[in-house]
This record gives sequence, C-alpha cells and structure tokens, in this order.
Amino acid sequence: MSAITRDEVAHLARLSRLALSDEELDHFAAQLDVIIGAVARVAEVAADDIPPSSHALPLTNVYRPDEVRPGLTPEAALSGAPAVEENRFRVPRILGEEA
Amino acid sequence: MSLIHKTAAELGALIASGETSAVEVAQAHLDRIAAVEPQVNAFLHVDAETTLAQARRVDERLAAGEELGPLAGVPIAHKDVFTTTDMPTTAGSKILEGWRPPYDATVTRRLREAGLVILGKTNLDEFAMGSSTENSAYGVTRNPWDLSRIPGGSSGGSSAAVAAYEAPLSTGTDTGGSIRQPAAVTGIVGMKPTYGGSSRYGLIAFASSLDTPGPFARTVLDAALLHEAFSGHDAMDSTSIDAAVPRVAEAAREGDVAGLRIGVVKEFGGDGYQPGVLARFRETVELLESLGAKVVEVSCPSFTTALPAYYLIAPSECSSNLARFDAMRYGLRVGDDGTRSAEEVMALTRAQGFGPEVKRRIILGTYALSSGYYDAYYGQAQKVRTLIARDFEAAFHQVDVLVSPTTPTTAFPIGERADDPMAMYLADLCTIPTNLAGNAAISVPCGLADEDGLPVGLQIMAPVLGDDRCYRVGAAVERALTDRWGGGLLSKAPAL
Repeated sequence: MSAITRDEVAHLARLSRLALSDEELDHFAAQLDVIIGAVARVAEVAADDIPPSSHALPLTNVYRPDEVRPGLTPEAALSGAPAVEENRFRVPRILGEEA
Repeated sequence: MSLIHKTAAELGALIASGETSAVEVAQAHLDRIAAVEPQVNAFLHVDAETTLAQARRVDERLAAGEELGPLAGVPIAHKDVFTTTDMPTTAGSKILEGWRPPYDATVTRRLREAGLVILGKTNLDEFAMGSSTENSAYGVTRNPWDLSRIPGGSSGGSSAAVAAYEAPLSTGTDTGGSIRQPAAVTGIVGMKPTYGGSSRYGLIAFASSLDTPGPFARTVLDAALLHEAFSGHDAMDSTSIDAAVPRVAEAAREGDVAGLRIGVVKEFGGDGYQPGVLARFRETVELLESLGAKVVEVSCPSFTTALPAYYLIAPSECSSNLARFDAMRYGLRVGDDGTRSAEEVMALTRAQGFGPEVKRRIILGTYALSSGYYDAYYGQAQKVRTLIARDFEAAFHQVDVLVSPTTPTTAFPIGERADDPMAMYLADLCTIPTNLAGNAAISVPCGLADEDGLPVGLQIMAPVLGDDRCYRVGAAVERALTDRWGGGLLSKAPAL
C-alpha cells in the first residue's frame, strides 16, 4: 500500500498554492511516497509519555519595550514590490466578479 | 606567501600594523575570484567596485584610529541567504531573482561594524534546502578538491570559496548540517553555534527553530574570531540568547585537551559509512587520547530516529515560512494579466519560482501538519526531539564533548543523488541531532579517505553554550595534524 496517493499530493499542492503540472504531480507522488514511508519510522518510537519539543530554548513571550521606533519608509517597503499604485502594493483581484 | 594564502588572523594583523591595506587584500582576493570562478562557481554575485569601496572605508576608519577588532579589513564571502542592502539577495531561488533587500541582516551589520569586507554573495541550495548546492536555481558549485564533485550544502558556495582561497572566511547557516557537512567535504573548518547564539534577523527563514548562522574558515582560530565578530544577543531576534558569547577565540588559542572527557557516539558508524571515513575518524580519536583526553563510548539511542524526525519538523516549518512568497510584496509575480485572481497568480508564481526540492518539502510539510496526520507525524517528531535532547543531556553528564564523523561519506559526484531525495538526506545523518537539540558542534578536517583521496571531517559536539569546547578540541586536533602533515589539509589539495 502506498503511503500517499497522487490525488492527495494534488490536494496538498492546491493547499500550498503550487500550480503543479501533471508530470510534476506524477514525479512528486512517487518520491513523496518513498520519503513518507521512511519518515513514518518516528511512529515506532515509544513516546506516549514524552512531552513534545517545538523548540530547543526555554524562552517564552520575548517582547521588546512598547515604544515607537523608526521602521522602513514606504519607499523602502515598496522597493521590491512587483506592482505599486498610489504608494501601495497593487495586487490582482482578491474577490470574485459578483462580489 | 601570497596574501590569499594567509589566515584571517594574519591578514588582520598585517592590516592593523599598516604592512598592507584592506584595499590591497581585497584586490588580491578579487583577482583570485576572477581566476578560479570559471571552474568553481562559488559566487552568485561579485561586485569589485562595492567591495573596494568597503575596503577603502575600512582603511580610512583604521587611519582615523578607530578600534575595529582583529578582523578589520579581512575579506569575507557571505552566504546569499543573509540580506544585504548593497548586493542582491536571492536565497538561490528564482522567486527572489534580483531582489534588493531594504535592510541588512544583523549578521551583515555586525560584519560591517567589525570592518570585514564583503567580497560577494555565495551560492547555496535554494532556501538552504539540500546537501550538495545542486538545488540552486543558478547552477552548481564545484568542489575545489575534485571539480566533478559536490562542495556540500546548503552552504556549498561558502565552503568552496574558502577551500579555493577565494576568501579566508565565509558565513553559512546550519539547519540540519548545512555548515558542518560542506566544511567536512571541502577540508575546512565549519561551526554551528548554539541555537540562539547568532542572530536570525535578516536571515531568510527555512526552519526557524533550527536555523543557525555560523562561520567557515581554514583554521580553527579564524573560525572562532569570526564567530565572536557576529555572535551575541540581538533584540531583533526573539530567540536570541541573552548571555555572554562563549570565549571561543581563547579556547582556540589554548587547544588543550588534557583531562577532557570525550565520548564516541556508538550509534554513528558501521553500515552506510565509507571505510576511509571511519579509518580517519578512529585515528583522530586515538590522537586525542594520546594528547591526554579520556575517551569512552557513549550510547545515544534516539539519534537513530533523528533523521526521520528532522524530515518532518524542517519541512513543516518550511511550509509555513515559505508562505510569505506570495507574489504580492516582493519577488517574482507570474500571470498577472488582469484576468487572474490573486490566488491564481500566487499558485502560478510559486510553481514557476520554486525548484523541485522546495516544492517537495512544502508539500511534505503541509502533509505532516494536516489534521488527521498531525499527531502521527509532526507531533510524534516533536516527541523524538525531546528524546534526542535528553540523550545529549545524559551524555554530557558523562563526558565534556561527543565526537563522530561529520558525514558518512566524502564528497559525492555531482548528479549522483540529485533526483534521489532519500539518498541526499543521508548526508546529514550525523549532524541533525545537534540541530534538533540546539547545542553546538563543529567540523574540523581530520585527513583524506584512502579510497578517493578526499577530505574527511571530525564532528565535535558540545552542550548548549559550550561552543568553546568545540574550538578547544578542534584546535588540539588541528595543531597535532598540522604538525604531522607539515601544513594544513588544504596544502594537499590539487592546484586550481
């Protein structure tokens, strides 16, 4: 039995906003099946009573003082933008025609 | 001896005493880059004018009596994953082609403040994902020892630049071994500092809980000097450790291992390891024993599941981090013809802008984080992460440092593992546990494998904030082997 199907990979690609070609889907599905089969080995570790670690350092809620500091100027922030209009990022439409 | 063959410490001293200038040293390295880049391809961007302008500024600061530290005027190659306002920053990806960041990374800023002169930006696996630098969107980098082989990765441009005498120093980032593995396979020194010891601000993120900037150099002392130049607390990185930088340069100068307890990790070795790698490793352990260290075998059973845990945790974090490449605020935008929605433009841009390894990892991470699989994959991997940290903790009750080969094999041929992700992932077998636990580890050259005459690295692992121990042991090995060989390992490399 395969660990992951082509349809599942296609679904994950849609969730990840990756417009993959049919060839890419075929290729990745086969490779991911091997990779997932290998990483599934973590399930063999007896760890029911082990707490998970998301991080190596025991740090939580690191804040700086709440004071105003200079940030990027609008020009600097927009300097790498693919499209700019009226000192803002110009983006393709985000709502449907009828909205 | 020509300027390019000197160590960074020597160059810094010559510049400080006025025997040479930052401009002269920069020019010598720019000439070397021009001569060997057609073969090596370590750099994505070199701009002689910008470099020489930096060097002139350092010479002026020194002439004005400014105290800049031991590396003032020394040139450095900078991994193209750190933002730089005066040079493009691509992370080896088409999605960031030509991007000029609006701010400098903290590491970049500290290099400039210490008077280091940036020669250019080095090649890497796209978004630092890979072990060979073949995943760069801008072509492969070649190993100076054998141009048909990989220089390691992801920081392969940085390792190759230092091994090819294009720069005495370079920066790297280590998420699963991306500094130590390239250092090992090119015969140089590479250090992964304690996580949080060096700032991630302005470092383009791959896996935020693992990414660690660190130095490459040809000597242990040079690596330590660079480590001190850019490390230390940074308020711009919320995971930065607010503690003094371990005294690594002092430890590198001492290099004394008498009475030190050294543990050989039992789980690293045997099947899948190249005999020549294991032979050099065993000899180096014997050498350490002859220098007065007490060597014992230590078992870290969880290390055998570090690789699968890493390939769930790192892709999970990457799938989240790389969501920022949305074609809206910077970088590539594809298909914005007025008819397509933002979502369609996003999907087309990401499909065209990302290479195959990045796509594989985004999909794998999205899978591991999806409801229904989260507990079995990401959650379980996080538990393994706890077990690995506990293994290190138990080991460091018994010994001061742990040692292993840095990599199971020497540099493999370009193309050999390019379309076999699992084979590629095995290159990081010995380096990954340290990333998951957040402690410090270094790779230092320990000889050439008999089968292929290629460099072998010794990995030295120390506890969190025990970075100085890596340099202490590394310097002891370096000193003894340099005496034995009558020069550094690179003196055995073929001339380019």
